[in-house]
Amino acid sequence: MSSSPSSTLARISTATPSRSLELGRVGDPVKRHDGVPKVTGEFAYSSDLQAAGMLWGKTVRSPHAHARIVELDISEALRLPGVHAVLTHEDVPGKKTYGLEFADQPVLAADRVRYFGEAVALVAAEEPEQARRAAAAVKVVYEPLEPVTEMERALEQEPLHPDRPTMPKEAGSHGYRDDPRPNVVRTLVVRHGDPETEGEVSVSGIYEIGIQDQAFLGPESGLAVPDGEGGVDVYVATQWLHVDRDQVAPCLGLPPEMVRIHLSGVGGAFGGREDLSMQIHGALLALRTGRPVKIVYDRQESFVGHIHRHPARIWCEHRATRTGKLVNVRMRILLDGGAYASSSTAVTSNAACFALGPYAVENALIESTCVYTNNPPCGAMRGFGAVQTCFAAEAQLDKLAAKLGIDPIELRLLNALAPGDFLPTGQPIGGSLPVAEVIRLAAALPVPEAETLPREAIRLPGGAGNTTRGEGVQRGIGFAVGFKNICYSEGFDDSTAARVILRADGSAEIHCAAAEVGQGVTDVILQVARTELGTDHVVLAAPETASVASAGSASASRMTWMAAGAVQLACRAALDDQASAGGGEVDVERIYRHARTTPLDPETGHITGERAHVAFAVAAMRVVVEVDVELGLTRVVWIGTAQDVGKAINPLAVEGQIEGGTAQGLGLALMEEIQTRDGLITNASFTDYLIPTTLDMPPVESVLVEDPEPDAPYGAKGVGEPPTVVSTAAIVSALRDATGRELTRVPVRPDDIVF
Amino acid sequence: MKIRLTVNGEPREADVWAGENLLTTLRDALELPGSKNACEQGECGSCSVLLDGALVCACLVLAAQVDGHEVTTVEGLADGDGLHRVQRAFVEAGAVQCGFCTPGLVVATVALLESNPDPSDDEMREALSGNLCRCTGYAKIFDAVRLAARS
Repeated sequence: MSSSPSSTLARISTATPSRSLELGRVGDPVKRHDGVPKVTGEFAYSSDLQAAGMLWGKTVRSPHAHARIVELDISEALRLPGVHAVLTHEDVPGKKTYGLEFADQPVLAADRVRYFGEAVALVAAEEPEQARRAAAAVKVVYEPLEPVTEMERALEQEPLHPDRPTMPKEAGSHGYRDDPRPNVVRTLVVRHGDPETEGEVSVSGIYEIGIQDQAFLGPESGLAVPDGEGGVDVYVATQWLHVDRDQVAPCLGLPPEMVRIHLSGVGGAFGGREDLSMQIHGALLALRTGRPVKIVYDRQESFVGHIHRHPARIWCEHRATRTGKLVNVRMRILLDGGAYASSSTAVTSNAACFALGPYAVENALIESTCVYTNNPPCGAMRGFGAVQTCFAAEAQLDKLAAKLGIDPIELRLLNALAPGDFLPTGQPIGGSLPVAEVIRLAAALPVPEAETLPREAIRLPGGAGNTTRGEGVQRGIGFAVGFKNICYSEGFDDSTAARVILRADGSAEIHCAAAEVGQGVTDVILQVARTELGTDHVVLAAPETASVASAGSASASRMTWMAAGAVQLACRAALDDQASAGGGEVDVERIYRHARTTPLDPETGHITGERAHVAFAVAAMRVVVEVDVELGLTRVVWIGTAQDVGKAINPLAVEGQIEGGTAQGLGLALMEEIQTRDGLITNASFTDYLIPTTLDMPPVESVLVEDPEPDAPYGAKGVGEPPTVVSTAAIVSALRDATGRELTRVPVRPDDIVF
Repeated sequence: MKIRLTVNGEPREADVWAGENLLTTLRDALELPGSKNACEQGECGSCSVLLDGALVCACLVLAAQVDGHEVTTVEGLADGDGLHRVQRAFVEAGAVQCGFCTPGLVVATVALLESNPDPSDDEMREALSGNLCRCTGYAKIFDAVRLAARS
């Protein structure tokens, strides 16, 4: 630990690149160790893999959101040239379903499809074109059923999973309450203090969030290679190797050691690779044909190949004193989980637990419910439930500030949560959480002066579309604060293993199954190993399941903390072992665990032990926008943010996470939404699903607030999610300031501004 | 049909079918997977290459069109072990995260600096607006372009 919470170090990034180091230690701005192969094109992504004798796999998918499968005929497809296998649900040798928390998703649909794009059959052929033709020749006769597409109606309609594995008998142990309504994935009610407490003033609102896609650029892809002895190696872009293995092996009817998952180059993840895509499918085809099988989704298929961010509707009432102190917050959160559970249970809980934002409130009633529908399945995406509630709760605070005539930043400072305060779950804030400090630092960032007219069209809303010369353009400044937990929670305690082979000459080889998804965890691992071992001579072995135990998932802003902890532990043990042995080579594996968490009480939503969450992080953001109020077009001019990072292990990568995470929140604020009609996706392409370009992103000025987390290795917190949580709320806050409109739904459409 | 082209300075031949795009030929037949397949409809720029020096999306060019022409891919920019100044700048500035967009952005930046050695920020933003990046928020990519322009 480098400093106490009181001696916070604030650092303001500069416009020029930071000093970089090749072999940096903890705290240095390190150049990526995979940077050179990535700029030369040599880095192998999962879609670049080749193997001798390789076949191409293709997935037959449902064109319906909800239908019964009446007939499935593969005979014609089997007769086509180059085709080696056509598989259906009957060919799944083991367990027929899989899933992260409930195994409710069929490997291949048997008698019913529940979403547009659900996998029904598989094909393997010599050439990709042959596989495509064969997939088209698989005859599936459907009897369409009425799709369940409205979240609220889902609670009254026929259950989509009548035979769903019910809440485990030990449900209490996971904090799940029984909910007799149909189509409920999970309901969590958190009661805090006296939820009937009245305030002197109150503000209410209903907020909506559209479905956001992770839109990672590298499509789902991988290569499955049979080992000739009944087992299989799967090379794939994923976030969690061992949990992939534990879902794949039972479906193949194989013991886990006969399935080896290897991390291939990952072209972005953002939560979208937590669930399986081609892993079981590729393995089934490879084992059936005895040949390596490659599957690569195209962009359209990718939109149905992974889960998305939950769309939500959120009802809020904030009660306060006339001086602005929050006394009671009541929120009802409804999330659309789509057709299968994925990680919806945890998203439901996160939405509830962080719904209030980083504010101390003595009374609250929060109900968070996630439902099954026939819409696209939803699960993990960066921010994980906290994005949706941050947008709603921060809008409410702006509304309250306006009603009371209080500066919105002062209102936030007045209510800011601090160590020693309690969350609505009853958990005290024990470690670091510099809420007031990030608010003050973000608020103190000077906003750029308004630009004069006339100016180049590219610097106006509408850009090169040349839609205005400045008439109708109004400027607005917004502010928001985002808040989320770090690491897994509620008794789902996971761990990270690291193995260190320390040689007599002091050089070392590290094994850790942490998924490098672009966030830079491999550099963190190498920095920690160099720091702990005091040598430059450290290499990291390719991550796979056979040589080291699980690293857990690259998600929940946990991987830096957990991998750093595991590598630190293993390095120190290796040095000790080597010293006791008087030198020579040692090979040690150690498992790192964070402080234990326990489930929430299913009735009260309160903690049942010391904590349900491990740690927290907060970010504040100030935004300047210009809006053409006649056309509803927006230009984000500038963003300034202060983020609580604990300790920046690699400041260059931390800034990159903040800038990139901010861009994804900007996308949700202004443009990103999967459009559906009766459950069918209508914009499955980058032509129609827009993500921010160079013309959409303003400069982002970031202040890293280093307030070390006492329990974390080096004090480091994860940094990936807070910027995404806060930026949607902050940008819409600025739009409200510019337009005077309520803007209760994201993405904000031009119509919402004009009409 | 057989096509003959020059790729990264070397004469190459490939057997292609009439509907095949240049990206597929480069990645599969010519074993140059550096150009990426993120959208395959000209929206993301991940497959950017230089065709007779002009920036194109390889997914929007038919392989048959390049018979007799010259193609430069990301694999052709480095001079032996020496990185192209744009490649070096992307590494130095932290402009790479997952890296899937990087080959396309590197090629697009090379094309930009060829035609405009000292672009303004607005020119840079406009020139690279056809290349999507989902990880970086572009800030460090702009840093890399400025750094490459200076070096």
